[in-house]
Amino acid sequence: MFVSLFNYWIVIVLMMMGFYIVISHSNLIKKLLGLSIFQASVFIMYISMGKIEGGTAPILEEGIKTYSNPLPHVLILTAIVVGIATVAVGLALVVRIHEEYGTIEENEIQEKDNKTC
Amino acid sequence: MVLTVFIINRSTDLLASIMLTGIFSLLSAGFFVLMDAVDVAFTEAAVGAGISTILMLATMSLIGQHYERRPTRHLPLFAVAIVLVTGSLLVYGTMDMPVFGKADTPVQQHVAPRYLNQSMDEIGVPNVVTSVLASYRGFDTFGETVVIFTAGLGVLALLGYRRNKQQESNHAMPAMSSHKILRVIGSLLIPPIMLFALYVQFHGDFGPGGGFQAGVIFAAAIILHSMLFGLSKTRQIFKDRSIYLAAGAGVLLYGGVGVVSMFKGGNFLDYNVLLSDAVSGQHIGILLVELGVGLTVATVMLIVFFNFSARVDHQQEEKS
Repeated sequence: MFVSLFNYWIVIVLMMMGFYIVISHSNLIKKLLGLSIFQASVFIMYISMGKIEGGTAPILEEGIKTYSNPLPHVLILTAIVVGIATVAVGLALVVRIHEEYGTIEENEIQEKDNKTC
Repeated sequence: MVLTVFIINRSTDLLASIMLTGIFSLLSAGFFVLMDAVDVAFTEAAVGAGISTILMLATMSLIGQHYERRPTRHLPLFAVAIVLVTGSLLVYGTMDMPVFGKADTPVQQHVAPRYLNQSMDEIGVPNVVTSVLASYRGFDTFGETVVIFTAGLGVLALLGYRRNKQQESNHAMPAMSSHKILRVIGSLLIPPIMLFALYVQFHGDFGPGGGFQAGVIFAAAIILHSMLFGLSKTRQIFKDRSIYLAAGAGVLLYGGVGVVSMFKGGNFLDYNVLLSDAVSGQHIGILLVELGVGLTVATVMLIVFFNFSARVDHQQEEKS
């Protein structure tokens, strides 16, 4: 029981830590870091689901009967690269926000917004 | 890994957090190897521990390293409560999850056996990940390539103006001009890295690798060059125009393969009809598609990096 679900629990712990970083920090870069940890935990979950006991990497070779499931690997491989691309856009937004507002703290940005309107 | 994340949460020093995120990525890459996902581990090591750390650092140098931890609008206790409740609900959810590592779980039943058993006859490529990526799920991968391309466009739109001012500032000192050893070793390393990227690109059919990883590694080689010899010098070798062209060409190559297969009477991205023989058609299709992916990924990474570090250079000039 404990061993069989251990991976999923680690995933949940990681995911919740990422979630906590996102909601509790006001620094926008910290929030992005939290988001990428959240994302990584999902990757780990997919990859653990594809693992088969005694299987090997899904590269076909003679004499090997069990392979781990290749489908989650494909999904996560592309997701990682897409993830970095979206994080890059997020960082670009942060840089622009910093140029306009002079800060990347969420509450300070809010204050400045309140003043202008 | 949990420990690393915990420190990331506590730390108020952005540099430390970013470095720890890099370590976290490397650890998860190791985990992926244990889980037999060699392709994924490859990507994570190149992307997570390499490119994303560099991008975060570039952003940080634009913004400043330290910040004070201020009280947020939400009480931390409230956040902890939300997190705990969500977490325990999720743990409750895992009680129904199938046991880890068993072969008879629902995940393993659906399409995976077909991929494993028949891809050798249908596609003729030993690396199942590659054949699923480029052929069975070619639509997905095409979509993802377009997403990456769009992200490149987005960064360009947000940070890309002020090009003319950049050209004037070509006299800027190379960042590492004082580190002779680094420069010599670095320039020795760049060609092998590029060669390795090409190997990863074209060997993806047989071993772990493919367009995504190769693109990232190739971009890493060029980024190394720009860190050693200064951004303006790298930009003279890799002109902005040609990078933009290559990024578009990558997506067009992928889409073009699909359109050609449509003209030949098959479905979009159906490589069987590309050549007279279905298996060799698949081979050439996967090769071209992976090339398109590699081109797009490499150039988008370069676009992103160049725009970020051009900002950094510009800001340093304004200060000095």
